[in-house]
Amino acid sequence: MIEISMEVNGREVTDQVEGRTLLVHFLRDQLGLTGTHVGCDTSQCGACVVHVDGRAVKACAVFAAEADGRQVTTIEGMAGDDGSLGVIQQAFQDHHGLQCGFCTPGMVMSAADLLRQNSNPDEDEIREYLEGNLCRCTGYHNIVKSIRAAAAAMG
Amino acid sequence: MPKDDGIGAATTRREDPRFLTGKGRYTDDINVPGQAHAFFLRSQVAHGRIASLDTTAAAASDGVIRIFTGDDFAGVGGLPCGWQVTDRHGQPMQEPPHPVLAQGKVRHVGDPIAAVVAETLDQARDAAERIDVDIEELPTVTNMQSALEDGAVRVHDDLESNLCYDWGFIEDNREAVNAAIAGAHHVTTLELVNNRLVPNAMEPRAAIGDYNVATDEHTLYTTSQNPHVIRLLMGAFVLGIPEHKLRVVAPDVGGGFGSKIYHYAEEAFCTFAAKAINRAVKWTADRSEAFITDAHGRDHVTRIDLALDENGKFLAIRTDTLANMGAYLSTFAPSIPTYLHGTLMAGNYATPLIYVNVKAVFTNTVPVDAYRGAGRPEATFQLERVIDKAARELSISPIELRRRNFIGKDQFPYATPVAVEYDTGDYHATMDKLEEIADIAGFSGRRAESAANGKLRGLGISHYIEACGIAPSALVGALGARAGLYESATVRVNATGSVSVLTGSHSHGQGHETTFPQVVADLLGIDAEQVAIVHGDTATTPMGMGTYGSRSIAVGGTAIVKALEKVIAKAKKIAAHLMEASEADVTFADGAFTIAGTDRSVAWGDVCLAAYVPHNYPIEELEPGLEETAFYDPANFTFPAGAYACEVEVDPATGEVEICAFAAADDFGNIINPMIVDGQVHGGLAQGIGQALMEHAVYDEHGQLLSGNFMDYTMPRADDLPSFVIDHSCQTPCTHNPLGVKGCGEAGAIGSPPAVVNAVIDALQSGGHDVDHIDMPLTSCRVWTAINADTGS
Ligand code: FES
Ligand code: FES
Repeated sequence: MIEISMEVNGREVTDQVEGRTLLVHFLRDQLGLTGTHVGCDTSQCGACVVHVDGRAVKACAVFAAEADGRQVTTIEGMAGDDGSLGVIQQAFQDHHGLQCGFCTPGMVMSAADLLRQNSNPDEDEIREYLEGNLCRCTGYHNIVKSIRAAAAAMG
Repeated sequence: MPKDDGIGAATTRREDPRFLTGKGRYTDDINVPGQAHAFFLRSQVAHGRIASLDTTAAAASDGVIRIFTGDDFAGVGGLPCGWQVTDRHGQPMQEPPHPVLAQGKVRHVGDPIAAVVAETLDQARDAAERIDVDIEELPTVTNMQSALEDGAVRVHDDLESNLCYDWGFIEDNREAVNAAIAGAHHVTTLELVNNRLVPNAMEPRAAIGDYNVATDEHTLYTTSQNPHVIRLLMGAFVLGIPEHKLRVVAPDVGGGFGSKIYHYAEEAFCTFAAKAINRAVKWTADRSEAFITDAHGRDHVTRIDLALDENGKFLAIRTDTLANMGAYLSTFAPSIPTYLHGTLMAGNYATPLIYVNVKAVFTNTVPVDAYRGAGRPEATFQLERVIDKAARELSISPIELRRRNFIGKDQFPYATPVAVEYDTGDYHATMDKLEEIADIAGFSGRRAESAANGKLRGLGISHYIEACGIAPSALVGALGARAGLYESATVRVNATGSVSVLTGSHSHGQGHETTFPQVVADLLGIDAEQVAIVHGDTATTPMGMGTYGSRSIAVGGTAIVKALEKVIAKAKKIAAHLMEASEADVTFADGAFTIAGTDRSVAWGDVCLAAYVPHNYPIEELEPGLEETAFYDPANFTFPAGAYACEVEVDPATGEVEICAFAAADDFGNIINPMIVDGQVHGGLAQGIGQALMEHAVYDEHGQLLSGNFMDYTMPRADDLPSFVIDHSCQTPCTHNPLGVKGCGEAGAIGSPPAVVNAVIDALQSGGHDVDHIDMPLTSCRVWTAINADTGS
């Protein structure tokens, strides 16, 4: 067992993990942050995307111990303190960018990373960026629309 | 005036905030105090005899609580099949047992041999590696044609052959159809494969069995589209647990597409094991495990003949299909290639004679069952492909040939020669709308532009019919269903006028928590905010059949309407009493009861309060309270239809296909929430395009699934798809349900594959390549091979 500490959604946490514990399992099973999902075992689906030090990372492809000393943001950290939706989240609701909701946390975290890098992506750029996030429900049409709307709203 | 949160309003979804903030509650998010974890040891070979199985070393591993094998399940039932098909000769299908854990033999890669229950998942997995199992490998059958040959290896030793059934529909028409085809002016024939698919809902299946020894009560949390069906099948047929001792909860479910309808071994296992060890037992599939345990879809091999007269009128259709059942019969597997496929072979066309033959075949592969569309995509694909081929052979435009044969809008109700009666439709209208939204007139200009860039542009058309809300129960019972196909709803009015609707439908992405309140709000004249939807738990909802086959609004929504009608009828009596009027004079509109012709009225909320605080109340004639339940068994299916157009560019040098545009003009009858309907169409289109261009579950001759994870099985990604142009303004309301609704969940997946393939063939033909057909998926390799095999160009 290894002791690790990190800041998760603005809160300091310290816990013991096994060397083989993945960040996604640490978040879900040890911290109870079940908004981050596991959709595959080959790092292909993006359901597990979180931010580590501000950048999108597949939490199934990182050991918890690798996040020691870092800042982690999960979907639970994306809404306002009063629970109000952030701009990207609101755009997903307004444009029906989700159905079953399982891919949604990863989509929102990826969208935030894209908009950090490119504040006004066109449709092709969005589709290309989302290449690592699978959604089986929406056909991506409304996800693309949501991200464009979020970009416009963020000005 | 239409309410802005009622029927027809594109209201945003109330389920979204929880999913957008990580507050969804999916099965794997649930942890029961004291739970143990299960890991299944699965067969790595497709067919074999278990020569020995020794769990001693594994049982001594760290954290192991107990290891279960087939012997532990010798005393319980196997997984039941919910539909018995009768073959052409009047004999019942062959129905092999389907054990929870393998009994002596394994029959597909992924068949569970043993299950380890341990303190942690890692410990269970580690221990499973120490199970000593010796499997004597047997020859395998994965190909349906070889499985039917004399002397073929049998998947089930106790069955006579690998033929599950040989079904003819309608058998009495066989000779007439053969004669019509033999004597026809023109016959177009096509042989094709409908490729095997893996549904791949993004949430992997999971199950948690919980047991309370003090009350002898079981709870199963499971990723299901129909918790009551699981309770009935597992309780009555597998484990022998009566309903009042068994609660099944399907909480938030991350997509289903059919694959979460069925009762699976892991559900029975976790329920059984929880009692055996007196602790909760949790299991969650890995994606790789899902690939070899979730029921697959499609997998048909078909030959279709279409006979036409000299004017291009369809005279007869004959189709012969081999349908793969896999190694066992999944819950509804036998019904998919038969009653959900044969019954749709008329399509949108007035073909007088049709005969459908289907041979269902056992192979050493994962069971195959309904996947979005279920039988209807297979019917639509062959029909819309053979029509396209016929159009080319007869030099008639594909749109014109379809129009010549459409059932006219004055011909409804229309009885097809395959036993169903379409209530309503207007296929020329959807085709007109498609020509407009897809700008068919501008295609030749776009083709010229593509040609200037060295690309071949093709246009593919399809027109589909769908049958939603399979019904009525008496009919499907006569056809072999072992379940009813009604839906239930309880409308529970609270004392201050808000409403809880307890529905047997289940939402796993469809947005019922938003749509159903719109219906209630509209009918009661109250705000949708005042309505809550309760679903997904057998402890809180009336016995219902769940969500699949695009049935929820047509069947579940109607059950809600029927319950509301009873509520309103009783509320009128209360209102009449409060206003000292005759009940016959009371009308109800916009949330108020009024004495007709007067301005005397009483508000909805006051009537509700009177029902629960019955001080001034007709207590002699009426019980207090305001809560009604309805069970609705539809008179017929509903029949959405639509016209689809796909435009592709093919690079003749590489065979690569790009979808440039996709347009869909659907007739879903009346629509409750157009935003949600759009989303359903988008998702269906993506799955249909995925089938047409990239998805394929491939088995090798040893029964190994070669495309068994997301690296090898190509799921459609954002950059594989275009934005879609869709329209659902053509509306012929369903005539036999009060909302006039038809259902929209599967349409996109049904109509799109033939449009894509027709487009690619059109592109190749436009480049002078004499290519009639390419089997899906149309990968660049297959397209390139077809181009280069065509020496005629
Ligand atoms: S769970 Fe991380 S990419 Fe699929
Ligand atoms: S919303 Fe269901 S997987 Fe994307």
